[in-house]
Amino acid sequence: MKALRNYLDKIKPNFEEGGKLSMFRSVFEGIETFLFVPGSTSKSGVHIHDSVDSKRVMTIVVISLIPALLFGMYNTGYQHNLAIDAHPGFWMTFIYGFLAVLPKIIVSYAVGLGIEFTVAQIKKEEIQEGFLVSGMLIPMIVPIDTPLWMIAVATAFAVIFAKEVFGGTGYNVFNVALVTRAFLFFAYPADMSGDQVFVRTDSVFGLGGGTVVDGFSGATPLGQIAIAGKELIGSFHNVDVLGHTIGTWDLFVGLIPGSIAETSVIAILLGAAILLFTGVASWKTMMSVFVGGIFMAGVFNLIGSTVVMTVTPLDHLFLGGFAFGAVFMATDPVTSARTETGKYIYGLLIGALAIIIRALNPGYPEGMMLAILLMNVFAPLIDYYVVESNISRRLKRAVK
Amino acid sequence: MGLLSTKSKEILLGPLSRNNPVIVQMLGICSALAVTSKLEPSIVMGISVTVVVAFANVIISLLRNTIPNRIRIIVQLVVVAALVTIVSEVLKAFAYDVNKQLSVFVGLIITNCILMGRLEAFALGNGPWAAFLDGIGNGVGYAVILIIVGFFRELLGSGTLLGFRVVPQAFYDFGYVNNGLIILPPMALIVVAVIIWVHRSRNKTLQEN
Repeated sequence: MKALRNYLDKIKPNFEEGGKLSMFRSVFEGIETFLFVPGSTSKSGVHIHDSVDSKRVMTIVVISLIPALLFGMYNTGYQHNLAIDAHPGFWMTFIYGFLAVLPKIIVSYAVGLGIEFTVAQIKKEEIQEGFLVSGMLIPMIVPIDTPLWMIAVATAFAVIFAKEVFGGTGYNVFNVALVTRAFLFFAYPADMSGDQVFVRTDSVFGLGGGTVVDGFSGATPLGQIAIAGKELIGSFHNVDVLGHTIGTWDLFVGLIPGSIAETSVIAILLGAAILLFTGVASWKTMMSVFVGGIFMAGVFNLIGSTVVMTVTPLDHLFLGGFAFGAVFMATDPVTSARTETGKYIYGLLIGALAIIIRALNPGYPEGMMLAILLMNVFAPLIDYYVVESNISRRLKRAVK
Repeated sequence: MGLLSTKSKEILLGPLSRNNPVIVQMLGICSALAVTSKLEPSIVMGISVTVVVAFANVIISLLRNTIPNRIRIIVQLVVVAALVTIVSEVLKAFAYDVNKQLSVFVGLIITNCILMGRLEAFALGNGPWAAFLDGIGNGVGYAVILIIVGFFRELLGSGTLLGFRVVPQAFYDFGYVNNGLIILPPMALIVVAVIIWVHRSRNKTLQEN
């Protein structure tokens, strides 16, 4: 560690104003403050400092994403093996998934950080490592067969138009990773939905080739519900890629087709535990998203006229991206409501809206992405009225 | 007297860039979003608005001393409505397909903010020649933006220009897919925003704090 510190100190003058490498100043600063606690602090005004700055917060979020990411890699290989009827063992399954997912992570980080570094350099600002989390989230919430160039285009769009034009990290109105996904979803619908994209059937770097077995279907459980959803109630069961019936427990474990890291509720809950234990994410937002979802699913159960309305509240929470969105997206400190009461309202509405979109919208099987993006817009409004009502309540008390 | 004195030149060329009706005055945004998913309707719409605004300007300018102030809006509307009807009938006769694509937006030129803005702000206080130049300038300024937006939206969204395929088939074989989002109206807003971004960063005088 000490050698690294000394080395950084030695090369630092090159990156100062006028140094021969000053065009990479922002990159150097970004790496330096990522590795070590920065030596400088704010000079004006009153600030409370502790050792956890925004970069450490981001690092904790990235760590909490690891279980879901690793599980997603394994699941990618697992679904692939089911599709081609191969049994290569645990490690080969994982390595297949790892090789399939890794290029997406690299592309997402390269494009996003490239833009961030460039903007920071032009505006002569410090690099805010806000993209550390977004760059990790983006490959986790897309289907495994999304082409890399699409991820690159969508990431560039989201970083520029959802973040940099608003002023960079901490000023964005919308969750950057979700804007990326929304862009992909609306721009390239054929590559983002349907039953062809969620299970990779081709080989990766020459690994895991084979022919697809008869009776294979790559539809996600939510996709199956959406297809059946327009019909009146018959006997409906979710099935896995080979046509075997799956139940609530399978949805919870997550060895099912879906976007890369959204399937396993267990892995997501591990991440949630890390976030809540370190106090990075708000338990109020997280809990109220689940409560809102359970409530709305219960209401639809009472109506119960189509297949999707009869899905139990518990299944709804385990299906698709609901848990992932609730834990990692809704709790984004920048785009969610900041007042304590506001967090309850914000979360409840996200949960309820996600289920409403799932149940009533004929076009989209999943509603979590749109629900969170919609509530991102209203978060400042919620905060405003929470603060206003607080003021008027206290005024009333003072006048009495 | 030169037909294009310095002042006339300013009236004609100002609205093209520094005083552009769409990207500086923010007028006519609605139709700019609605008709620009393809290049051809954008061009036709641009020409139609140019014709209407130029002749409406001339007519109102000729009538400006006889129009009672209290009913001037009604008079302006009648003039514009008559011109729009003529344009609409011409389009129906000679460019029926484009007319169908433009649908109600030809008729809605009547309510285009650029028209009322130019009539109120310019034609009522200037002579017919200046008013004509002003109308042409503003109409072309509007058309230019529409054509830029239409160009990018058709190129990226459909891979064609004026209906001809310009993105080579080899791209599609490699996995290139047309962007479906840019066909949707929200992206037109973002394309207009990018044009404004580029325009403002090149014109220091337009930058606000």
